Amino acid sequence: MQGIMESIQTLCSGDHGNEGFMQDDEDEEEENGVGRLTSWAELLGFGLAVFSEAIAPQLQCFCDRTLGFAVGQGGSREAWIKAVAMAMSLVRKAVKKGWVGALAPAARVMSQALSTASEPITLDIPVPFKAHKVETPSVTVETSAQELTNFFKTMFIMRRMEIAADSLYKSKFIRGFCHLYDGQEAVCVGMEAALNDKDCIITAYRDHCTHLGRGGSVLEVFAELMGRKDGCSLGKGGSMHMYNKKGGFYGGNGIVGAQTPLGAGLAFAQKYLKVEGVTLAMYGDGAANQGQLFEAMNISALWNLPVIYVCENNHYGMGTAEWRSAKSPEYYKRGDYIPGLKVDGMDCLAVKQAVKYAKEYALQNGPMVLEMDTYRYHGHSMSDPGSTYRTRDEISGVRQERDPIERIRKLLLSNNIATVAELKTMEKEAKKEVEDALSKAKESPSPDSDELFTHVYRKGYGAKAYGADRKEVVVKLP
Amino acid sequence: MFEALREGLGEEMERDPNVCVIGEDVGDYGGSYKVTKGFSEKFGSWRVLDTPIAENSFTGMAIGAAMTGLRPVVEGMNMGFLLLAYNQIANNCGMLHYTSGGQFTIPVVIRGPGGVGRQLGAEHSQRLESYFQSVPGLQMVACSTPYNAKGLMKAAIRCENPVILYEHVLLYNLKEKIPDEEYTCCLEEAEMVRPGTDITILTYSRMRYHVTQAAKTLVDRGYDPEIIDIRSLKPFDMYTIGESVKKTHRVLIVEECMRTGGIGASLRSAIMESFWDELDGPIGCLSSQDVPTPYSGPLEELTVVQPHQIVTAVENLCGKK
Repeated sequence: MQGIMESIQTLCSGDHGNEGFMQDDEDEEEENGVGRLTSWAELLGFGLAVFSEAIAPQLQCFCDRTLGFAVGQGGSREAWIKAVAMAMSLVRKAVKKGWVGALAPAARVMSQALSTASEPITLDIPVPFKAHKVETPSVTVETSAQELTNFFKTMFIMRRMEIAADSLYKSKFIRGFCHLYDGQEAVCVGMEAALNDKDCIITAYRDHCTHLGRGGSVLEVFAELMGRKDGCSLGKGGSMHMYNKKGGFYGGNGIVGAQTPLGAGLAFAQKYLKVEGVTLAMYGDGAANQGQLFEAMNISALWNLPVIYVCENNHYGMGTAEWRSAKSPEYYKRGDYIPGLKVDGMDCLAVKQAVKYAKEYALQNGPMVLEMDTYRYHGHSMSDPGSTYRTRDEISGVRQERDPIERIRKLLLSNNIATVAELKTMEKEAKKEVEDALSKAKESPSPDSDELFTHVYRKGYGAKAYGADRKEVVVKLP
Repeated sequence: MFEALREGLGEEMERDPNVCVIGEDVGDYGGSYKVTKGFSEKFGSWRVLDTPIAENSFTGMAIGAAMTGLRPVVEGMNMGFLLLAYNQIANNCGMLHYTSGGQFTIPVVIRGPGGVGRQLGAEHSQRLESYFQSVPGLQMVACSTPYNAKGLMKAAIRCENPVILYEHVLLYNLKEKIPDEEYTCCLEEAEMVRPGTDITILTYSRMRYHVTQAAKTLVDRGYDPEIIDIRSLKPFDMYTIGESVKKTHRVLIVEECMRTGGIGASLRSAIMESFWDELDGPIGCLSSQDVPTPYSGPLEELTVVQPHQIVTAVENLCGKK
């Protein structure tokens, strides 16, 4: 590793800058590849590949270390491998064309990436936590440039996705109910930063972004919203029923509050099967008044289930403000014997800190309640303008002062993690990704007619031939 | 019969560590009808869970646990209490496999005693078969003898679909000799109780015994009824029923469910739609009256179908002999 860093310094000192490299468009594939080198993975992969010619024997070890670093940071191994492969093919072409000058910027970039991407940055959370029957977690949170950049990108994609869903609904591609999550992105993104694949999440109907956070793709979400075959539930679930079994996302539930006992059941299964994970049962301020929530809290406290009840308090239960529906709008205290924390839900880092804290607590001691103080810009659903029960000034006030994406943008700029131009590139990237997914989703066909009858039952137990799906029955049922 | 249920449940719990029982007083108390007696000591309190009185949420919990691969058996102390969990059973239990595009299966068994007992009052004498029969995604079976109780219990636990197993509160003390070796019953199959030629009598649960009692009188009077215990309430075993209708050309349904919208009503229309050409006369249907079950003994008897009414109905359908 030492020798490699020396080589990087040597190359950086020489001035072989050739900006033309980045703008060449002779080869379309190259242009697309080069123009999109904005993510750390790709930059690193590119720089890595540059040295493949010179340091082939050390490459394997270097690859492993950088891949290990990438995986440890949460990036998928597949993405890294893909980036390296792409970069290697690119650089072969570059070397062929004699663009040796590309080596220097790549080297600079790589050294910067390696050294700064994972460096811990400590920040203070501005809005303090409020606690009920438990100690507050520390307001100093450790993060990194990579994590903050990922927050920004993911939230931006989510925001664009929800806004695209808005226009899809208005042009009647999406029908029925569509509940949008914009404004609340910090909650699901911050949560994911503190969780792993052993944890489960279950939420209510405002689930498009939660599905993304758990490993779903934008294409799946759009296709499902439009009722197409490529949707995550094959087009049969719709906006309110998105699930991702591999990612540990259990939906996507239509009836208010019914997911909280299911969440307790997931935590029960985790404890039964001795899985070191927690379940986050998410619900809103409207659902906080459901009896089944208190029943579930009672049982989970009795049996010490590792469940965290996350109340996404956006202050309005459809059209009813919290002061009109709850005698005690301090939802984090509503657990009574269950300890609770109130968290600023518009701050990713606060959410991450709180969930990390709650996860440690839940694995040892049982349930905890987290109240996320958040806000939704759209109305309850697309059929609700959102302004009959609150003022437009209130909405724009929150947007100006507390928007989660702007907050991360300010952090990225003030900590010199990214420049304004780089952020703009990232935004363009995200918009393109969402648009591509949207056009692909629009091309996806409707499910076939016989999909109507699939997945109602699983194959019958099988002691005899019929089965509950009645496929082999002698008599034709209506 | 409760011992047969217990054996069935116990064998499945031994066979598969993912099977657990959730219900009120199933653990230390041994179950209000002794079905889970001794289980708490044998399997531990984490597999036989005593819940607080919160049907909605513990049914929801069972469904959530089933989504991860566990196989909970939910006991409703009385089927009527499961009305409180109706949302969970209808929306989450029945529909999750479909709305998730096949990603999640819910191999849960919901069982409990239902039906009209001895003067238990209106709210404890409910027959929920009719309420749940339209929920897509559920399978419903009703056991009636110790033999089929054990077999159906085992099959229901092994089944990948959510199954509601209807037991009857007055049948728990039935005694019958059952085989020692392991067996299961098919969930979707009906049981031939008595083959015959004159008329097909379709029944299930406790009414099977009223029908067999009436059959004695009928045989004395020269009739030859074919009695089928349909067992599978959803889906109907139209094959067995169809074969029988083709043989006898007359059908009488005897059930304890309500007249309006009951199992008999659906069965009647299903048979008519499929076997109209085979029928020599209208399908008779004897069900409970559309009233809340009264407390008073004689009135309660009038609510459910009695053997003499079955005899009269058969005589009317087949003509006097």
